[in-house]
Amino acid sequence: MKSSLFDSLCEALLSKHACATVSNLATDKQCFVQSGNAGGDLELSSADIQSVEEMIAADVSGHIAKTDLFVRVYGPNYRMIIVGAVHIAQALAPMAQLAGFDVTIIDPREAFVQASRLSDVASIREWPDDGVTKLEPDLRTAIVTLTHDPKLDDPALAAALKSDAFYIGSLGSKKTHAKRIRRLTEQGFTDADLSRIHGPVGLDIGAKTPSEIAVSILGEVVTIRRLVAA
Amino acid sequence: MKDIDTDPLVRLSEWRAKGQCTALATVVQTWGSSPRPVGSHLAVNEAGEFAGSVSGGCIEGAVIAAALATIETGETSMLEFGVTNDMAWEVGLACGGTVHVYVERVE
Repeated sequence: MKSSLFDSLCEALLSKHACATVSNLATDKQCFVQSGNAGGDLELSSADIQSVEEMIAADVSGHIAKTDLFVRVYGPNYRMIIVGAVHIAQALAPMAQLAGFDVTIIDPREAFVQASRLSDVASIREWPDDGVTKLEPDLRTAIVTLTHDPKLDDPALAAALKSDAFYIGSLGSKKTHAKRIRRLTEQGFTDADLSRIHGPVGLDIGAKTPSEIAVSILGEVVTIRRLVAA
Repeated sequence: MKDIDTDPLVRLSEWRAKGQCTALATVVQTWGSSPRPVGSHLAVNEAGEFAGSVSGGCIEGAVIAAALATIETGETSMLEFGVTNDMAWEVGLACGGTVHVYVERVE
C-alpha cells in the first residue's frame, strides 16, 4: 500500500467519512474511493466505481463479482445518542465506543455531566429534544434514554420517534414504561410509532448493576443492528 | 478512536510516524465458519509487534511471520488457511473454515 493511499485512508477515518480501498489482488495495484472519486495507480471503470459505492452504502467488504478486485469498506460509523449522563451511561458509553459506536451524551444538567467523569465522550448540554434533533439521527443511530425523568426522557423520545434511528430504548420498569406510552399517545404518537421503543430497555439477562445494565442495553442494540435492521 | 475494529490502522499509523516499517494483513475471503469477517485487519511492525486480528488467534503467528517477510522484501503475499491446507496440521482453523489473508507492506 502506497503511503499516499494510507494517508488518505487515515484522514477519512479521522474525519469519519465513509470510504473504501480497492486492491487488484492479481496485480497489487490499488486505489482509494471516496464520494464517487477514485485515486491511485489502479484504474477503475465507472461500473466498478458504482459497485464500490454500493458496497460502501451497504457497509460490506468483499470482492466485486467475477473480478480480482477486493474492496475494503470503511463505512460511516454507527452512532449512539445517550440521554442522561447518569451512572449507567458511565458504563454504556465506553462499552459502546469499543463496539464501534460514536457516542454522544445529552444532558442539560451540568452537575450530572461533571459527576459522570466521561471526559472521552462527546457531550451536549441541551434540552434533549433539541439535542437529539440537532444530531440528525439516521438509520445508523441508536438512541437510549436513561434519565428516568419524564421531563427529559419524553421530549427525547418524541424527537427520536420522528427520526429514522434503528434503535430507540428507554430505561424504566414495565410500569414506568406503560405510563410513558400513555403520555406519548396523548401527544399523538400511534401504537406503531411507540412499538419502536424498547422498554424496559435491554435484553433480559438479569442485570442488576449499572455496568450489567449497560451490557444488556448494548446486547440489545447489537441484536437489532445485526439481526433485525441489517 | 476507541473502536477496536479500526484500532489496527491507528496503531499502524503511530508506528509509521515513529519511522518503523509496517505491514497490513487483511482477510479478503472466507468459506464456512471463520472467526473474523472479510475486511478484518492485523497490523504488524518491524519489531513483530501487532494489533488487531484475522482469526481467533489460531493463525496470527503464521501471518505475523509472513508480514515480517513482506516488510523485508516488499512482496505481497496471499495466505490460505483451512483444514484442507497442507499446513493444517501445523497452523489452521479449528472451526473448520477457510480464510484467505492478503499481506502487504505499507510504504
